[in-house]
Amino acid sequence: MSDHGPAKGFGRWLFTTNHKDIGTMYLWFSFAMFLLGGVFALVIRSELFQPGLQLVEPEFFNQMTTMHGLVMVFGAVMPGFVGLANWLVPMMIGAPDMALPRMNNWSFWILPFAFTMLASTLLMDGGAPNFGWTFYAPLSTTYAPPSVTYFIFAVHIMGASSIMGSINIIATILNLRAPGMTMMKMPLFVWTWLITAYLLIAVMPILAGVVTMMLMDIHFGTSFFNAAGGGDPVLFQHVFWFFGHPEVYIMILPAFGVISAIIPTFARKPLFGYASMVYATSSIAFLSFIVWAHHMFTVGMPLAGELFFMYATMLIAVPTGVKVFNWVTTMFRGSMTFETPMLFAIAFVILFTIGGFSGLMLAIAPADFQYHDTYFVVAHFHYVLVPGSIFSLFAAVYYWLPKWCGNMYDERLGKAHFWLSFVGLNLTFFPMHFVGLAGMPRRIPDYALQFADFNQISSIGAFLFGFSQVFFLYIIIKTIRGGEKATDQVWDNPEGLEWTLPSPAPYHTFTTPPAIK
Amino acid sequence: MATDSNNVEGYEHYYVPDQSPYPIMATIGLGALVFGLGTFFNELHADLAGSGRYVAMAGFAILVGTLFFWFRTAINENMQGLNSAQLKRSYVWGMGWFIFSEVMFFFAFFGALFYVRNMAGPWLGGEGEKGEFNYLLWDSFKFVWPILETPDQVVNGVKAAFVGPGEGHSMYPKDAHGGLFAWLPLWNTVILLTSSVTVHMAHNGLKDNSRAKFTGWLFVTVVLAIGFLCLQYMEYHEAYVDLGLTLESGIYGTTFFMLTGFHGFHVFLGMTMLLIMFLRALKGHFSHEDCFGFEAASWYWHFVDVVWVCLFFFVYIL
Repeated sequence: MSDHGPAKGFGRWLFTTNHKDIGTMYLWFSFAMFLLGGVFALVIRSELFQPGLQLVEPEFFNQMTTMHGLVMVFGAVMPGFVGLANWLVPMMIGAPDMALPRMNNWSFWILPFAFTMLASTLLMDGGAPNFGWTFYAPLSTTYAPPSVTYFIFAVHIMGASSIMGSINIIATILNLRAPGMTMMKMPLFVWTWLITAYLLIAVMPILAGVVTMMLMDIHFGTSFFNAAGGGDPVLFQHVFWFFGHPEVYIMILPAFGVISAIIPTFARKPLFGYASMVYATSSIAFLSFIVWAHHMFTVGMPLAGELFFMYATMLIAVPTGVKVFNWVTTMFRGSMTFETPMLFAIAFVILFTIGGFSGLMLAIAPADFQYHDTYFVVAHFHYVLVPGSIFSLFAAVYYWLPKWCGNMYDERLGKAHFWLSFVGLNLTFFPMHFVGLAGMPRRIPDYALQFADFNQISSIGAFLFGFSQVFFLYIIIKTIRGGEKATDQVWDNPEGLEWTLPSPAPYHTFTTPPAIK
Repeated sequence: MATDSNNVEGYEHYYVPDQSPYPIMATIGLGALVFGLGTFFNELHADLAGSGRYVAMAGFAILVGTLFFWFRTAINENMQGLNSAQLKRSYVWGMGWFIFSEVMFFFAFFGALFYVRNMAGPWLGGEGEKGEFNYLLWDSFKFVWPILETPDQVVNGVKAAFVGPGEGHSMYPKDAHGGLFAWLPLWNTVILLTSSVTVHMAHNGLKDNSRAKFTGWLFVTVVLAIGFLCLQYMEYHEAYVDLGLTLESGIYGTTFFMLTGFHGFHVFLGMTMLLIMFLRALKGHFSHEDCFGFEAASWYWHFVDVVWVCLFFFVYIL
C-alpha cells in the first residue's frame, strides 16, 4: 500500500478504498437522508396540527408515513452507524483499514442508488409505497401501488449493502486487531458493532426472503400470504418481525457503544462493569431472536405464544437494566463536566430509559391490546430511536469530529443545538403518550377533536426539532471549515487508540499495528 | 502518529488496494439490473411491451463483466504475493459469513413452510381454537399436506384463482409413478451427496500434490452438478406439464418451487464457481498451501448439499 494522501477530484470519492473516505460518505449520506426523512415527518406533523384534512390527501399522507419510516430506519440510522464503524473501528483496534476495502466501497455506493430508486417512486403513477414501513401483506401485495416492485428491489439492495458492510466489519474486528488487543480489551463500541454485524448478517437475509415472497405473490401467482391458496397473511408478520425485532437492536447496540465511550471520558472514570456490558450486549442480541411476536399480540396467536413472547420480551429489561446501571454508576462520584457530547449522552441515558419503560408496558400482552396501533406505540419507538439512536449519533459526531477534521466545534453552539433538540423532541413525542393512551390510532391523517391540543404541541415541537438540525448542519460545516485547532487528545485523557493519533487523523493510520500495553 | 519504535516487530504489511473502478462499475451494473427487472415485472403485470428487460440485460452484462475483472484483479494480487497471511484470513472470514447469510435466507423459506404446515394450515382447516370460525370463510376445507385442492377451490369451485394440481399429483414418493427408482429426487440426492465426496477427493488430490487427481475429481464434480440441474429441469417439466403443479397452484406449489428453485439457483452458482476453479486449475493455479479460492467454492458446494438434504426431508419425504 502506498502511504500517499487522498486522490484529487471527485474520483477520490467514487473509487476510494479508504475507510475514512467511506466513513465520511456514509455519514453525509445518513445526514442527507435524516433531513429528507425529516421533511416527510414535517409533512405528517403539519397535517396533524389540527383535526380535519388540511394540506394533503389521505393517500399521500400514507406515502409520507411509509417513506418517513423507511428513509429514517434504512437511510439515516443504519448508514449513520456504519459510517461511525468505518471511521472508528480500524482506528480503535489499530488496523490499517477495513479488511476488504473495495467491497467496502461497493457497500456504500449501492445505498444512494437504492434510495434514489425508492424516492423516485414518489413521482410514479400510483404514487410511492403507502402501506407503512412495516409493509404488512396484503396491503403491500394485493392492494399495493405498482411502485411496490421498485420498493422490493430497493430493499434488496439495502440488504446487500448491510450484509457486505457487516461481513467487512466482522472480518476487520476478528482479523485485524493489533497484537495484544484481545477481545476483552476492545472498546465497547467495537464490541457492540461486532454483535450488531452478526445480527445484520443473520436477519437481513430474512428481510430479503420476505420481500421476495411479496414479489412472487404480486407478480408470479404464489400464495405465501393468501389464504385462498392455503397461505396466511399473518405469515408475513412472522417473517417480517423475525427480521424486525433484531433490527431494532441493530439500531441501538452501536449507540450503546458510543455512550459507553463518552460517559467515562467526561466522568473521568473508567467505565463501570466493562465485562458485564459485553455480556449484556450479547444477551440482548440472543433475546432479540425470540421475542418477535410481541409486535403481533393482537393478531390472534395461541395463548401459549402470547405468554412466551410476553415473558421473553420482559427478560430483555434485565440486560438493558445492567447497561443503564453501569452508565449511571460510571457517572457516580465522577469528576463530571458537561460538554456537548456528554449532554447528549446523559439525555440518552434518561430518555432511552423512558422509551425502555414504555416498551415494558407494551410487552405486557393484555395491556398491549389497549395500546396496540395507537400513538403510544409511536411515542415508545420514537423515544428509543430519537434520543436513543439519533442522539448517540449527534454525541458521536461532537465527540469525534475534532479527531476527524482537526478543529473543535463551537461549544456554545453545540450546547444550543443540544437544548433545542432536547426541548423539541420532548415536546414532539411526550404528548403522544397521552393521546395514545386515550386511544388515538397511529397512521391516520385526521383525528377526533379531543386530541387537538396535544397534537398541536407535538407539531410545534417537531418543527423546533427539525429546524434545530439545520442549525446542526451549520455547526458541522463551520467546524470543518475552521475554528480552534483540536489537540491530539482532544478531551481530558480519553481512552482509546484513536486519541494517540494526530488531529486530524492522517489519511492512512496504523499501517503497522501499534503496540498494545 | 505512533512512531516506528512503538510498532510491532516483524509485521507483514496488510495490502490495502489503491483506488478501484470496480465497485462503482458494479453499482451501475447492479442498479441497472434491478431497476430493469422491476420495470420488466411491472410491464409484465400490466401486459405492456417495454424496455425493462433490455435495461436488466445490460445491467446484468455490466455486473458480470465487472465482477469478472474484479475477481481477476484479486486473483492476480494473490499470485503476485501481495496478500499476507492475515489478508488471506480476511477472505476466509468473508466467505464464512457470506455462507451464513445464505443459510439465513433459506431459513426464512423453511420457516414459512414449517409455519404453514404446522400452524396456519391446520387453523385454516378448522382445527383448534384458532380454527373455530373456518366455516365463515373456508367452509368445509380440510387441511392435509400437501394441499392439492386449495381452500379457494373448495369454496369457489371452478371460479377459483388458485387451482391445485389435484389428488395424486404431488412430488412425494407415494405419488411417484414408475416406482421409487423412477423418483428423481432420490437420484438428485445421490448425485449431490456424491459430488460432495468428489469435491473432497479433488481437495485430497491437491494435498497429495497430484494435479491429475485434483483436476479430474473437480471435473467430475462439475459434471455431477450439471447432471443435478438437468434432472431438476426434468422434474420441473414433469410438475408443470404432466402434474399441473405450478407456482400458482396454492401453497404447496409455492413452497415447493420457491425452496427447490432457490436451491437450484444456488446449485447453479456453486457449479459456476467450481467450473471457474476447474479452469483455473487447468491453468496451474492453486497449491496445497494457497488454494482458498477453491476451498471457498467447495465450502459453498457443501453448503448447497446440506440445504438439499434438508429439502429432501422437509419438502419431499416428511
